[in-house]
Amino acid sequence: MSKAPSPMSWRRGDNIAGRPWRGRVRDYDLFKELVIGVVVVGLLVVGLSAVFSSPDDPGVTLKSWATVAPSDFIATATAELGGTSDTAAYGQPYSATPDATQKLGFIDLQALSGVRIPIDTANDFVLTPLKTLPTPPPALAIWSAATAQEQTKWTTDYATALAAVTNGDPAQVAPGDYGPVPALTGALLTMAGSGNLDGVLQSGGQPYNLNYTPTILFLGDGTYFAGLADAAHLTGDQWGVMNETGNTPGQSWLWLFSLSYQIPPFNSSPNADILVVAVMVGLSLLLTLLPFIPGLRSVPRKIPVYRLIWKDYYRNR
Amino acid sequence: MSTVKEPTPATDPDVAGTSAHTWTGKSRGWFLNHLPPDKLLPEDQPSYVASWAYVLGMGAVAGLVFVIASGFVLALNGPQWYHVSSFGHFVNSMHLWSVELFFMFLVVHLWIKFWMAAWRGGRILTWITGMVSFLVSVVTAFTGYLLQTNFDSQWIAFQAKDALNAVGVGAWFNVANVGQIFMWHIALLPLAVGAVVALRVLLVRAHGVVPPLDAAETDTQLRETTPPKLARGRINHE
Repeated sequence: MSKAPSPMSWRRGDNIAGRPWRGRVRDYDLFKELVIGVVVVGLLVVGLSAVFSSPDDPGVTLKSWATVAPSDFIATATAELGGTSDTAAYGQPYSATPDATQKLGFIDLQALSGVRIPIDTANDFVLTPLKTLPTPPPALAIWSAATAQEQTKWTTDYATALAAVTNGDPAQVAPGDYGPVPALTGALLTMAGSGNLDGVLQSGGQPYNLNYTPTILFLGDGTYFAGLADAAHLTGDQWGVMNETGNTPGQSWLWLFSLSYQIPPFNSSPNADILVVAVMVGLSLLLTLLPFIPGLRSVPRKIPVYRLIWKDYYRNR
Repeated sequence: MSTVKEPTPATDPDVAGTSAHTWTGKSRGWFLNHLPPDKLLPEDQPSYVASWAYVLGMGAVAGLVFVIASGFVLALNGPQWYHVSSFGHFVNSMHLWSVELFFMFLVVHLWIKFWMAAWRGGRILTWITGMVSFLVSVVTAFTGYLLQTNFDSQWIAFQAKDALNAVGVGAWFNVANVGQIFMWHIALLPLAVGAVVALRVLLVRAHGVVPPLDAAETDTQLRETTPPKLARGRINHE
């Protein structure tokens, strides 16, 4: 004799939930409900669009960055040249930097994915764009002829000197042996200020290119881009994942994802992203498979919200 | 040489009581058995299907209609259009607000289905497709935010790359590659959302609406309310 399934089970048993309904019925017009739904929601959509519109803050360009925050641009270009920027040290999929990836215990999916979008920040962000100028700066030849040791010393010393002066102003940097670095970063600043660098960096030498990865990464290595995001309450510690510019609601359905980044252990973990994603995947699976889990699937019976939903039914019973 | 086969009572699938012998005929039989026309397009529902809670699912479907319609207009004109056209900006606003309403209806609908324990009585796939439709919709909406081609999309691309790279999918789902994300947003993911939502609607029709918890076998014990449908002889004898 087979055991009858629990009333909260997903299995189709010989009970009222598993059998066709034999009681009274009420009129129901599926198409009429659909039409009414479309009309009502349509009015809401048009009304909300007319009243609240939608935000469209213009994007940031390398030109605007170079114009508004030249010191930050120079400091970032120096870090790209020296291979010390966030992108240069990121790891997969941009580089093979050792021990840079996020891990879930012993699982390292980031490293497993490989260097699929290789980026050499010195060449891709600084040197190659400068070579496209009608008159490339002579400092390029000096840089190319130098040893890796010399290049590292020049960029390190120049980055230290920039950090030592007010607002990182290159004009106030103490005299020193920085090799061709000031000339290279200065030439890149001029190139960016003219708007030329945006096109060169984004196009990658191709007439068609919709891939903005180099531009986004270069922008993100500086502080100007993040500062704008902070002012627009979009950064991670401002629950930015679910925000939109202005007062328009953003992806509010990501509230739990955003919340996870604010609390321990995620908010201080170097593996925060992989941990949060793992927790979200786990919770999504738990909710999807909840009907298979005894105890959890009985929660709706223990907290009788269903009596509110079927209020008429229980009132008339 | 072809021959004409005369239908016989034993081979003609249209003859009552016989089974179909082709894949097509067997498929038709399966569909008619699981989803007969009166279940697919019903004119009545059990008496307990009388609550505002049932409106939300239809609200989500209606929201999706406007998401697709406004997205279609935006796609035809390209991702830059709404920056330079006031009508385009309005269509973009409709796309945004229909997405907001779609999610609002969908999330409340799914929570209500949880409190109804709507997976009971063999409705497990209905529950699972509901959850999958939510999760796929989240990814689809996310790609839409990346296609705004403005400051917000630039920043979202910069921030979101870390989570995607950390799980090893950043090269195939490169949030800074507008061409790649465009394909995800207007081709691959809408197909997934449409298929899952359509499957869910068919499953709801096939299995019927889950009865209240602790419902009696019939509702003949319910007090008469006006106007009583029973008086019109509307008793379902499935």
